[in-house]
Amino acid sequence: MAAPVSGMGEAPAERLPVNSTSFQKKTRSKLVSIPGTRPSVQNGQLLVSTGVTSLDYLLGGGLAVGTVLLIEEDRYDSYSRMILKYFLAEGVVCRHELFVATAQDNPDDILQELPAPILDDVAVPKAVEQPRLTGEPQDSLDAMKIAWRYQHLPKVQSALASSSRFGHYYDVSKTMEAEIRQAAKCHRFCLPDHVTPSSTAHRLESYSALLESLQEVIHREGFDLAAPMSKSRNILRVGLHSLGSALWGDDLCCHDKPRHRHALTTFLYGLRALLRSSLSVAVVTLPSHLIQDRALMGSITRLCDNAIALESFKGSERETNPLYKDYHGLLYVRQVPHLNCLASQLPDHKDLAFKLKRKQFSIERLHLPPDLSETVSRVSRGELASACGPSASGTKNLDF
Amino acid sequence: MFTELNSILSSSPDSVTPGEFILVSDRQSDASFLIHHFLSFYLRSRCKVIFLGLVQSFRHYSAVSQRLGVSLTQAKEKGQLVFMEGLKESLSVLIPQADNTESQAMNFLRDPPVGLRSLYEFVRSCAVGSGRAEDGAEEWGPPVLLVDDVSVLLSLGVDAGAVLDFSHYCRAAVCSQMKGNMVMLVRCNGEEEEEEDGEEGAEALLKGLTHQCSLNLHVQGLPTGYCKDIHGQVEVCWKRRQGDGPHTQRNLFQYKVHDKGASFFPRGTSSAVL
Repeated sequence: MAAPVSGMGEAPAERLPVNSTSFQKKTRSKLVSIPGTRPSVQNGQLLVSTGVTSLDYLLGGGLAVGTVLLIEEDRYDSYSRMILKYFLAEGVVCRHELFVATAQDNPDDILQELPAPILDDVAVPKAVEQPRLTGEPQDSLDAMKIAWRYQHLPKVQSALASSSRFGHYYDVSKTMEAEIRQAAKCHRFCLPDHVTPSSTAHRLESYSALLESLQEVIHREGFDLAAPMSKSRNILRVGLHSLGSALWGDDLCCHDKPRHRHALTTFLYGLRALLRSSLSVAVVTLPSHLIQDRALMGSITRLCDNAIALESFKGSERETNPLYKDYHGLLYVRQVPHLNCLASQLPDHKDLAFKLKRKQFSIERLHLPPDLSETVSRVSRGELASACGPSASGTKNLDF
Repeated sequence: MFTELNSILSSSPDSVTPGEFILVSDRQSDASFLIHHFLSFYLRSRCKVIFLGLVQSFRHYSAVSQRLGVSLTQAKEKGQLVFMEGLKESLSVLIPQADNTESQAMNFLRDPPVGLRSLYEFVRSCAVGSGRAEDGAEEWGPPVLLVDDVSVLLSLGVDAGAVLDFSHYCRAAVCSQMKGNMVMLVRCNGEEEEEEDGEEGAEALLKGLTHQCSLNLHVQGLPTGYCKDIHGQVEVCWKRRQGDGPHTQRNLFQYKVHDKGASFFPRGTSSAVL
């Protein structure tokens, strides 16, 4: 299933296991293949796509199963929410199960906004058959005259088969059709439904309830690694929206010296423990621009495996800056993990910018376009003239 | 086990200096590759190893050690390695269940201000247990305690003073009493000059542990910026040596981590540059 590694010169043959599709991370026993995943070419880790192909490339091929991706939100939570929706939409297309947790909005709001996939090979469940006209024999309608060899093959895929590709493209101007969305199993956690009593300084009841609910879903649906391997395995995609905000009862974002200083970090530790022992992957968005304590942000980042930060130009003076006109914002890769190996896949460049196009969320290296405008050259020539000649304002446009 | 690091530290698996407290610290960098080195080094020198893996699963260390030529599962079966998987044991404490047989080690998660006494008791029972020779069991060398990493305890709500007490008690038990060694990884995030009121815990912990240790390996990024070929610099600082009298010796190396190990070279002599 995995493509042979041709470009990596220093990967010795004995490093890859004999069955390149077994997950080296979890078990070595049997060959299991789960739709929508592929092993990493670097270390045999099982990867899933985040839904954004350029983000997959940045993270070293995809998001490793059992890890957490932390997204530091941009100021208006537009692009981080978009990436979360891409992640969940990819889960629907690959037929993974979803777990969405929010503090205030209904998780269904996020689920209804998922972008529509653009592919041909994502089959839609067939609508009700049109009633056949009476009197016409079926053979004459169905009989093929030219391509009669293909007559016995089924015309349309009647079942919703999962796509075999890794990473899909989405059209953000349309939302996903309800049939495709409802074919995926989704577990919801909405905080207002879980009444929380008072909490201690080190553990918030909201986070404990979330952790408990997640563990219960993992046990019940069989995502545990300890569960018997006879069943077909699937991946659970966990999306946690705006963790650490005041809506979760946490005062990290409100005070300089928060009372519940370690509640979020303890939750992230428990989340890592849950994910490492199950076939799940999590994306957490965090309003980091509200947290004043940079050292606390550092320990939060260390407890998540992958971490990126988004900074959008919307509302800042960079929006009108002609240098940034091609992009919507900057993207920082804060951390890339090294799991089951010594070296991590560090990105080549640290200055990255993103742009949300209709069919693609592209992340590129920030490069400034060549400056070909006339005004610039006129100013520079004028500056030169006024420097060497008498400093009269009239001589600005003279060039020698 | 990184051969270049062995020659830098003048250590070899055959002759292990007893009673050493090695502190691996990093600032805005990742020094966990050194923990893998020390784990394979002490397993090769046939010491009994007690590993507190608080941040990663057993599979991770096992996979890396396989690349370095040591099998953790075999060592565990033979009784040479006692591996405490912090993540797994913490779940039973964080999510209380009706019927769970929890080990006492991660009990501090229930009420972090109380301190790390239960963790110390666990370490002590493992270290003392190695002294008795059981029937049919092999004799291992002095116990070695490896902790990866200590700063996560601060994130879980434990006080910096409690962590310093824990390291002092462990040093007294493992290094002085049993003539073993101790290796700890501590991670720091901020710049050294900043005075952060919020996180005085991490700086105080780093300073306290640096004072307690006998050998400090401090990993940092390059002062000139990010480079793909040179991953950072390591400052090796010996506190005291028995024969040489009280003097500190510091050496600075640059390193690059690759798949099967890490290479260390003096400043400016990286193969990417020369």
